[in-house]
Amino acid sequence: MFKFFKGDNWFTKIKDGLLKTRENLTARVKSLFSMRKKIDEELWEELEEVLICSDMGVHTSNMIIEDLKKKARELKIKEPEQLVEHLKERIKECFSNRELGLFTAENKPTIYLMVGVNGSGKTTTIGKLARRLKNSGNKVIIAAGDTFRAAAIEQLDVWAQRVGVEIIKNKQGSDPASVCFDAIQASKARGADYLIIDTAGRLQTKYNLMNELKKIGKIISREVSDAPHETLLVLDATTGQNSLSQAKLFNDTVSLTGIVLTKLDGTAKGGMIVAIENELGVPVKLVGVGETMEDLQDFDPQAFTDALFSA
Amino acid sequence: MFESLGEKLQGIFKNLKRKGKLKEQDVDSVLREVRLALLEADVNLKVVKDFTKQVKEKAVGQEIWNSLTPAQLIIKIVKDQLTELMGSANSKLTFAPQPPTILMLIGLQGSGKTTTVAKLSNYLKKQGRNPLMVAADVYRPAAIHQLQVLGEQLKIPVFSMGDKQDPVNVCSGAVKKAVGLGCDVIIIDSAGRLHIDEDLMEELKNIKLKVRPHEILLVVDSMIGQESVNVAKTFEDQVGIDGVILTKMDGDARGGAALSVKAVTGKPIKFVGIGEKTDALEPFYPERIASRILGMGDVLSLIEKAEAAFDVEKVEELEKKIKSQSFNLEDFLVHLQQVKNMGPLDQLVGMIPGISNIVGSSDIKVDEKQFKRIEAMIYSMTPEERRTPEIIRSSRKMRIARGSGNSVSDVNKLLKQFKEVRKTLKHVSQIEKVVKKKGKSKFKLFN
Repeated sequence: MFKFFKGDNWFTKIKDGLLKTRENLTARVKSLFSMRKKIDEELWEELEEVLICSDMGVHTSNMIIEDLKKKARELKIKEPEQLVEHLKERIKECFSNRELGLFTAENKPTIYLMVGVNGSGKTTTIGKLARRLKNSGNKVIIAAGDTFRAAAIEQLDVWAQRVGVEIIKNKQGSDPASVCFDAIQASKARGADYLIIDTAGRLQTKYNLMNELKKIGKIISREVSDAPHETLLVLDATTGQNSLSQAKLFNDTVSLTGIVLTKLDGTAKGGMIVAIENELGVPVKLVGVGETMEDLQDFDPQAFTDALFSA
Repeated sequence: MFESLGEKLQGIFKNLKRKGKLKEQDVDSVLREVRLALLEADVNLKVVKDFTKQVKEKAVGQEIWNSLTPAQLIIKIVKDQLTELMGSANSKLTFAPQPPTILMLIGLQGSGKTTTVAKLSNYLKKQGRNPLMVAADVYRPAAIHQLQVLGEQLKIPVFSMGDKQDPVNVCSGAVKKAVGLGCDVIIIDSAGRLHIDEDLMEELKNIKLKVRPHEILLVVDSMIGQESVNVAKTFEDQVGIDGVILTKMDGDARGGAALSVKAVTGKPIKFVGIGEKTDALEPFYPERIASRILGMGDVLSLIEKAEAAFDVEKVEELEKKIKSQSFNLEDFLVHLQQVKNMGPLDQLVGMIPGISNIVGSSDIKVDEKQFKRIEAMIYSMTPEERRTPEIIRSSRKMRIARGSGNSVSDVNKLLKQFKEVRKTLKHVSQIEKVVKKKGKSKFKLFN
């Protein structure tokens, strides 16, 4: 577990984390292209399946295939293997036109709101993010807005102690919006640079819980007019096509500014990021690539695509 | 739960219905769609391929002797095949002849183990057993505390040795303690781990060696994608599992994992988690879930739930009325009250046959407050109005609106909704009649 402390750069880490994805996808794509002698309908169909298998989703996969077909016609590509480079380029295109990194407000405090379904890794991500911000010299406060799940407050409390940041909390069962209000007042009073707000995990189809989230968002923007400065959906990388529904419905409720993709170490997936960027335009901003506090990294589309396809 | 997949398949079948006879090329074109629908539902590719292959073999063969319509035939084959794939019967927990029975829950981080330990303990307690919950997750901050809070809520004892102890010791300590506490079931909450984390997988093997659990249950998030197969297979190969619990099934995940996990491990899915509360755990019935995948509504489940909460006589009366099409607002009120006893409404709505056709599955949102207003409006009507809603014209509407504290448009809305419900019910009972008359379909909407 401590191997990550050696100070590998994040590219190596994500590469390690993506090893399986890479092996899976590249191996499949390669064998697919090298085994085939000509570009025919069967090849396209199989390629579609390969992309779907990486959790990219039917729609996005089809779109990429269609574009690739067009390209093959235009450039008169006859060899299946030549298609690999074009495939890479095409996937990278999905990540273009995006802002990198997290937004910092001109006036303190910068407020980040973390949302997501149950078990996606919100609390852990907050711990890691708080550590990162604190290490770069900021005063950070975290707010225990998950007042529903048993021991969620205690879990965040442990992180606050580990990282050494202040936590604003109330009792389990109290109104999360009021915790947010208190946290914003405390952040203003104490001159905190960043306030990170935890929320209870909720399935995106739970109407009442989504309304509760809307209320939290309203309180925040009422207290600080341009806040939350980032509303981040924490998404488990093992999730399949439901990730699109998550991104869509959370976006409808609280206008997401980005996605934190967690548990990217050890999963063969990653394709759904492409689908989300492609279909909803919500960019991935951070990725969790390991167990330690340092393993939360800025998402770099170039590195991601390279890691995904490097042999 | 599975409406999305159901919708998808129903869309395909709709196209098929217009065609007269089932030909091989029809089967192929349908199966291409079925395959994509299943893939979109996160069923693993390999599983999908096997599935469509089997369906094709059966579909082409059966055409010769079966006189069902092509659509009925395909529904039947796909459904049978789905059922077969997921195991044909509800698989129960096995209990040790000599207590205590030891159950261990394992799985990825965030799949819902701790919550499920509490739900399962609560479920077993309701069956008259005395569970002991064991806090063996020493890694995640406050995981032990979480189980303790849940234990307090449910009045179920929790065994813990703090977070400094080896989980293997915690588990064997719990076994020693259980008998003294008078507990006959031990449920171990293990830490979440990645299936490729060798150290932690080793730890599970050690716990298994030390305490010899009677059942090891893999907890799987129903939202998991193609990875489901790798996860299930690795846990099965490395540790060995006896069954699966699918969690977060109350969302809109298409739940393809249910198929995939069963297909690669051969181990039954025993329970499903269907909500945030500690009683939101149900046994898994493959037959019913398969019906649901086909968008036919889980009528069986609905009826079972209804039996617990419904007044049987009232239900029979209601059913008679539905069939005789004399369903009125009084019955509607009774129905609403019965439904309210059954639990969270958004879960129930999804079980109503055909509902996914009427509204998109993600559009099913039930605001429970709305039901109170509907009740108030019906209470503000005279018995005559309730029995024959047709007589409610403008002055009556105004009186009802004032009496219930609503607006006339609310009353209009209620009456419109009621008409729609009546239409749907009429439709359902007609389908049933047709089905009964033909006597060829296995599917019963009511029994």
